[in-house]
Amino acid sequence: MNKRDFLKNSIVFFPAAGVLSALTCQAEGKELSASMTTGYDASQHWYGMGVDVDKCIGCNKCVEACKAENNVPGEPYYFRTWIERYDIHADGEVKVECISTRTPEERLAQQNQPLDPSVVRSFFVPKLCNQCANPPCVQVCPVGATFQTRDGVVLVDEQRCIGCRYCIQACPYGARYLNPQTHTADKCTFCYHRITKGQLPACVEVCPTEARIFGDLKGKQDRLVRFQHDNEISVLKPDLNTEPKVRYARLDGEVR
Amino acid sequence: MSDASLPAALNEQLANQLSQVIGFIYPNEIETHWAILIVVYPYLTGIVAGAFILASLVKVFNVVEVQPIYRLALLAALSFMLVAGMPLQLHLGHPERAYEIFMTPQPTSAMAMFGFVYLWYLLGILLIEVWLEYREQLVLMAREAKGVMKPVYRALSLWSNDVSPEAVAWDHRVSKIVTIIGIPSAFLLHGYVGFIFGSIKANPWWGSVLMPIVFLMSAIVSGIAMVMLIYMVISLLRNEKIDMRCLDKVGLFLLVALIVDFALEGLEFIHRVYQNEESLKILSELISVKLFNSMVIMQVTLGMLLPLLILALARSRRFNDDMRRIMYFLSALLIQVGIFSMRWNVVIGGQLFSKSYRGLMAYKMELTGIESLWTALVLLALPFMILTVLNYLLPTRWLEKRALAAH
Repeated sequence: MNKRDFLKNSIVFFPAAGVLSALTCQAEGKELSASMTTGYDASQHWYGMGVDVDKCIGCNKCVEACKAENNVPGEPYYFRTWIERYDIHADGEVKVECISTRTPEERLAQQNQPLDPSVVRSFFVPKLCNQCANPPCVQVCPVGATFQTRDGVVLVDEQRCIGCRYCIQACPYGARYLNPQTHTADKCTFCYHRITKGQLPACVEVCPTEARIFGDLKGKQDRLVRFQHDNEISVLKPDLNTEPKVRYARLDGEVR
Repeated sequence: MSDASLPAALNEQLANQLSQVIGFIYPNEIETHWAILIVVYPYLTGIVAGAFILASLVKVFNVVEVQPIYRLALLAALSFMLVAGMPLQLHLGHPERAYEIFMTPQPTSAMAMFGFVYLWYLLGILLIEVWLEYREQLVLMAREAKGVMKPVYRALSLWSNDVSPEAVAWDHRVSKIVTIIGIPSAFLLHGYVGFIFGSIKANPWWGSVLMPIVFLMSAIVSGIAMVMLIYMVISLLRNEKIDMRCLDKVGLFLLVALIVDFALEGLEFIHRVYQNEESLKILSELISVKLFNSMVIMQVTLGMLLPLLILALARSRRFNDDMRRIMYFLSALLIQVGIFSMRWNVVIGGQLFSKSYRGLMAYKMELTGIESLWTALVLLALPFMILTVLNYLLPTRWLEKRALAAH
């Protein structure tokens, strides 16, 4: 290539590179512009949630608050968070049910039932998206509509999601569903619209027993960090190496 | 309890599925996310790969006996390929955004990369291969054709005009190279479909390193059997004599492929049982409660063991031509049932047990709508319609006779 050709080509090349880099900025730009206007810096946070299994009383308030806060459709089918009830019997048999799919009346009737003497232990386990640090749903999304924010929350861009449902198949925790209104994948966002303003997720806000502890794993004085110090912590399905950021205290081995 | 904000049909479907749940499932697992269309998709794709491998036997490995069905295999592969992407497209929540897979692909996603593998195979291999195979005759036909067909043949030959022996020899040379590249591409195409399922660690029914290779072998089986079926039906329709040397040879390849396929699937099963992992209990229940008919009876007994037996018997040569034709036809038909059941058992079966390993779900196929039996039947019929058109435009037999006369 002689000098003349080089100059001629560069007339095309440099503006093209400029346009491309501008587009790249634009693609990542949502977060940038938000941080400029609100002063919120995502890279300074790494959110997680602690769940104290012993404290959950199965009142289902968190589920109701979540459905209301996030417009989660369709009782009793779609859940961003739900409560499971475990009854461990003396003979080792384990009975599990999801109490969130029941009506309030059914739940009340169940609470008023006399205790089954063969049940040796009974407890509730709140479930939600584990906001995995190593999320299989993000890995499989063909278009990058499911992504992890810099503060560690896994979100779905409903403007980009094509509704192929691969992420739903890849989630080991059943945390995702296809929103029947938007026809896109949907799941818990840790109430991202609230936490980025310094508020708590709706489920945490309404929990009467403080069974859910929301926090920032990068914060030194954070409640969640203290919770992890003070309790023996387990996560769901650790063998799958998803590195959940929802951490359970006093979790029974029967819970999957 | 139901929600008025949901479409009535969906509400009814979910309520129905909820009533059939056995044990405990995560509440979001109630919906069968990949339904009948995703069963049709690997079935169609498998036939593409299998038919192409059969065609490549002639081109690359010089199996002369199979020559009479070379073009048919190629056109069958193309016909099924043109339809293979449709079920995927139709099942999307937002089909209009499907192009995003090509515009902003996620490199870590098996599904995103499949889009490119599919396009490569269609545009880079199959279309080129078919065009090279037919170019010479398209030129000749364009010269002789009258009326509307003349510009059609001109266009199909891409306005080429050179039928000199050198040009035709060049066609054959390039065609052979394309086929050689095509074999690993066909392997890639269907191995990749297996990988889409096999790489899902969350699902023990799918997550297996053997899945791509199992899919590949079953693809070869289904493709060979399908071309065999089409060949026999077309010969019947045209009232032509079936080339028994060809049919016996294809039957042999089918038998070998079926044995390898059986060995692989058996190995996977034994491996699973022997490893006896956490998921084994629920998977055993899955087979005995939900998949007994479609797996034990349809897939394994009728779709694999029986055709294996028939094909092996046909090899013994104690049967006359008529009898062997019936045997081949029957086993090829049974194999289609078996392979379709296998796709069903993988795709639907993988969504009939809870990832909590504590319960089983139900799937009821819709009869109408997009994700329905009706759509599936249309998609399954479409390749045959395309093949009919292709056979009309690019007649396999008539052209060959003409070509022989010309040389």
